[in-house]
Amino acid sequence: MPHDHPHHDHGQEPPSDIALRVKALESLLVEKGLVDPAALDAIVDYYETRVGPRNGARVVAKAWSDPAFRQRLLADATTAIAELGYAGGQGEHMVAVENTPTTHNLVVCTLCSCYPWPVLGLPPVWYKSAPYRSRAVIDPRGVLAEFGTELAPDVEVRVWDSTAEVRYLVVPERPAGAEGLDEAALAALVTRDGMIGTARL
Amino acid sequence: MNGVHDMGGMHGLGPIAPEADEPVFHAAWERRVHALVIASPTRGNIDAGRHRRELIPGPDYLRMTYYERWFAALCAMLLQGGAVTAEELASGVADPAAPKGTPRLAPDQVVPALSRSGSYLRDTAAAPAFSAGDRVRARNRHPTGHTRLPRYVRGRTGVIERCHGAHVFPDSHAHGGGEAPRPLYTVRFSASELWGPDAAARDSVSLDLWEPYLERA
Repeated sequence: MPHDHPHHDHGQEPPSDIALRVKALESLLVEKGLVDPAALDAIVDYYETRVGPRNGARVVAKAWSDPAFRQRLLADATTAIAELGYAGGQGEHMVAVENTPTTHNLVVCTLCSCYPWPVLGLPPVWYKSAPYRSRAVIDPRGVLAEFGTELAPDVEVRVWDSTAEVRYLVVPERPAGAEGLDEAALAALVTRDGMIGTARL
Repeated sequence: MNGVHDMGGMHGLGPIAPEADEPVFHAAWERRVHALVIASPTRGNIDAGRHRRELIPGPDYLRMTYYERWFAALCAMLLQGGAVTAEELASGVADPAAPKGTPRLAPDQVVPALSRSGSYLRDTAAAPAFSAGDRVRARNRHPTGHTRLPRYVRGRTGVIERCHGAHVFPDSHAHGGGEAPRPLYTVRFSASELWGPDAAARDSVSLDLWEPYLERA
């Protein structure tokens, strides 16, 4: 049915077969010499294999086990994170916020999908979705409950809405019983949701 | 602009549905869209790109997936920037008369480019008007262009937590008006100031807001 979806609005309608349209655009840009498909492959590989929450987990594990690094992380997260080799787009201006027994931090981007790519990778669908973006600021405790995270009423909830180019990383509380583990073992305890703030470890 | 993208504080948009063991991308075309947005010519600056996605009509914006929005905005920006014509976009075939371009990003440039941090901090002579601890009110303004001042804080009073120095100002940058750096602050609003007396008394929401968004309270 080739006439169901005429191209009348420069691509602002949901396409009938977006996979074909994307393929056509890529072919067009390659034909015009504007993109190199091998560069596209390298970009995909970068985001599928080089960045991801294991990077952030290393940062958190180091903060748990190295008090001087923790201080540097809380004072200037961008520089401290760069010590571990993590930098790049969507991580230009990092701020680390630390959970304590009395304070819980939760990160959102109500306006779009801002997320600290170098330490957490690309965001999950739910983080970019309307339900999370709308309710994280008005009902953070309800949102946390949807993730199975119940907070005592006397725990203060601090929500960080990423409205500029500052990106937030939650440093979760170290789980009880983790004393004596080395950094690699500690990093294995750290989850993506723990570093967004929707989960506690 | 008061678009549907400005979602903070809305109800009724459905349950949050986390997916167990979610892949980075859900389809091969999503991979290519993500890469094309990064590699394309005339993709504009980050603020222009965000604004282009905000310009997707609200009913479409809500219905589309994230990468469908990215693709729609990419096509619009390629057209606007003159990298492709409407005829080429519709047919998928390059105009044989058009000159051949040069890719902006070569394969061996990808990893260095992606792992290098730029900065949105700029030197300016002007001192910031506010300092930590100052009480400020978010201005009650409703610009029709791009802004990063969400509706849910307009007219509300908060406290400056810190100044990040002068950052590129999206309201200008998105519209070709240059970087126009302005002091950027983290401003903390109590939940009760934003949402009324039923909100948890000690909870708060902090946003990063540029000086033109704020007035002394």
